[in-house]
Amino acid sequence: MYEKDGEKYFVVDGHVHFWDGSPQNWRNVHGQQFIECFHDYQTALSPEEYKWPIEEFYKYSEERILHDLFEVGYDDKAIFQPTYLTDFYKNGFNTTEQDGVLAEKYPDRFIVNGAFDPRDGEEGLRELERLAERYNLKGVKLYTAEWKGRSKGWSLKDDWAKRYLEKCVELGIKNIHVHKGPTIRPLNRDAFDVADVDDVASEFTDLNFIVEHVGLPRLEDFCWIGTQEPNVYGGLAVAIPFIHTRPRYFAQIIGELLYWLGEDRITFGSDYAIWQPKWLIEEFVDFQIPEDMQGEYGTLTPEIKKKILGLNLAGLYGIEVPEELKLKGAHSGTGPVGSDAEPVAP
Amino acid sequence: MSEIRESEVLDALSGVRDPELDEPITTLGFVSHVERDEGTVRLRLRLPTYFCSPNFAYIMAEDAKRALISLPRVERVEVVLEEFHVAQEISRGVERDEGFDRAMASFSDETTGEDLDAVRETFRKKAFVRRQEILCRTLLSRGTSPRELAHMRLGDVPPCPELEVYLERRRELGFDLSPSSPLLLSASGDPVPEEAVVEHLRKARLTRISLESNGALCSDLLQARYGRKEKSSA
Repeated sequence: MYEKDGEKYFVVDGHVHFWDGSPQNWRNVHGQQFIECFHDYQTALSPEEYKWPIEEFYKYSEERILHDLFEVGYDDKAIFQPTYLTDFYKNGFNTTEQDGVLAEKYPDRFIVNGAFDPRDGEEGLRELERLAERYNLKGVKLYTAEWKGRSKGWSLKDDWAKRYLEKCVELGIKNIHVHKGPTIRPLNRDAFDVADVDDVASEFTDLNFIVEHVGLPRLEDFCWIGTQEPNVYGGLAVAIPFIHTRPRYFAQIIGELLYWLGEDRITFGSDYAIWQPKWLIEEFVDFQIPEDMQGEYGTLTPEIKKKILGLNLAGLYGIEVPEELKLKGAHSGTGPVGSDAEPVAP
Repeated sequence: MSEIRESEVLDALSGVRDPELDEPITTLGFVSHVERDEGTVRLRLRLPTYFCSPNFAYIMAEDAKRALISLPRVERVEVVLEEFHVAQEISRGVERDEGFDRAMASFSDETTGEDLDAVRETFRKKAFVRRQEILCRTLLSRGTSPRELAHMRLGDVPPCPELEVYLERRRELGFDLSPSSPLLLSASGDPVPEEAVVEHLRKARLTRISLESNGALCSDLLQARYGRKEKSSA
């Protein structure tokens, strides 16, 4: 919980990791480069005092994640989003099991999501069932850019991917987080295309599709999909750190998201350990659209910030919100509503 | 025989853009090294991350080769990508003029046989939309109304740098450049009716923001990766 100026914010951090990117775990140079890319993200978009030396960044302790997220970071709940990458890392980079150790130890703190890879066929379906039963899964994280031998990725449109989504419906896994970021497939088309999300969001209306990183670098395609599909959400990981280095870009991004998707379909995620929730939350609560841009984008109210920081995800995951942290007399962010931003000339 | 001048090389490269960001590779800092040796130009490109999308990398490498090989006295061009996951495939493919699909055949089976024509076209359109929005923004800030924009012809636009770049992007798509043709065109080249202008510009703004946010992210990442140097050191 975070409190500022008499307002209290319930925080659900929708995107955290407990990874092992250490040299002992690298299978090849891609494992090294992957963690180095993550570290570049931290270096590029964090305040000076939150940057870690690469050696600390490779792998961190249980004490550290608990400290950064809950002791100083204001998170009430944190959702683990696994990324297996077994072609790059011997034991996987950040698997459900790795994250699950902490989730089982601190069930009040963490929620762990599963993952699937449709290229695993029938066996993968059984594994998903097993994970769902063991961890009581409410969500999965999908990484369509994952390499597997000669295959450099997959698409949500693939027949097998749809079989897995059907299985999610059957198992009660409602929240499908899709990473749209560093992506390889399809090699010779737009590798970051979010059209596959559009396709399955129309077909699987019982599932929620949370597009992580709000489709960056395809914000426009993502927003257009968002206007058509009420079950598509935008996760702010990677976009929200702009708030520090490039606040005017952040104002534009959040302003557009509010206009096209509305305040009920934007969710917070720190992407820890790339970024730390403490400064992201502090700066977000202090943030306002710059005055000269308010004609285009309006302003951010505490109510909008409360929804984005926690209430929207609490709705999607059925997380109980203490009475005093709910919105007064209003719905708590489950379902799209129109934006208040003025549809004025650009 | 006179030497190939460095300024010629950089001039030629300034016409090569990151298709996604709609900016020249020279101002983006992607050109890390240029070497001239008799009729050979060797060029090193560095990208913001090791895992940048191979198709965009290929487009830039191929465009750079085309721009340089068209210079007088240049007989051979080598393009090398620094610290990149498919550096070899791309360098070899560009060297042999194989096209992306064949260059990637050893990397994965997942090309679709369309090569990069479609992706090039998509991003030319996005660049066009962005430049149109920037021009319209300039005109709106000078007091033109959206309704007036809807009826403006190219010949009505007062000369300005934003117009020049817009016309350049418009030319790439083969759209009409005559002074009597409408200023506003959709990405597919159709006129925009007056009642659709505000929505059209709203979407165009989103495209611009998307491209520019990517540019900001790439620039921050490049700086994190290679440190201090803002501009190309070439």
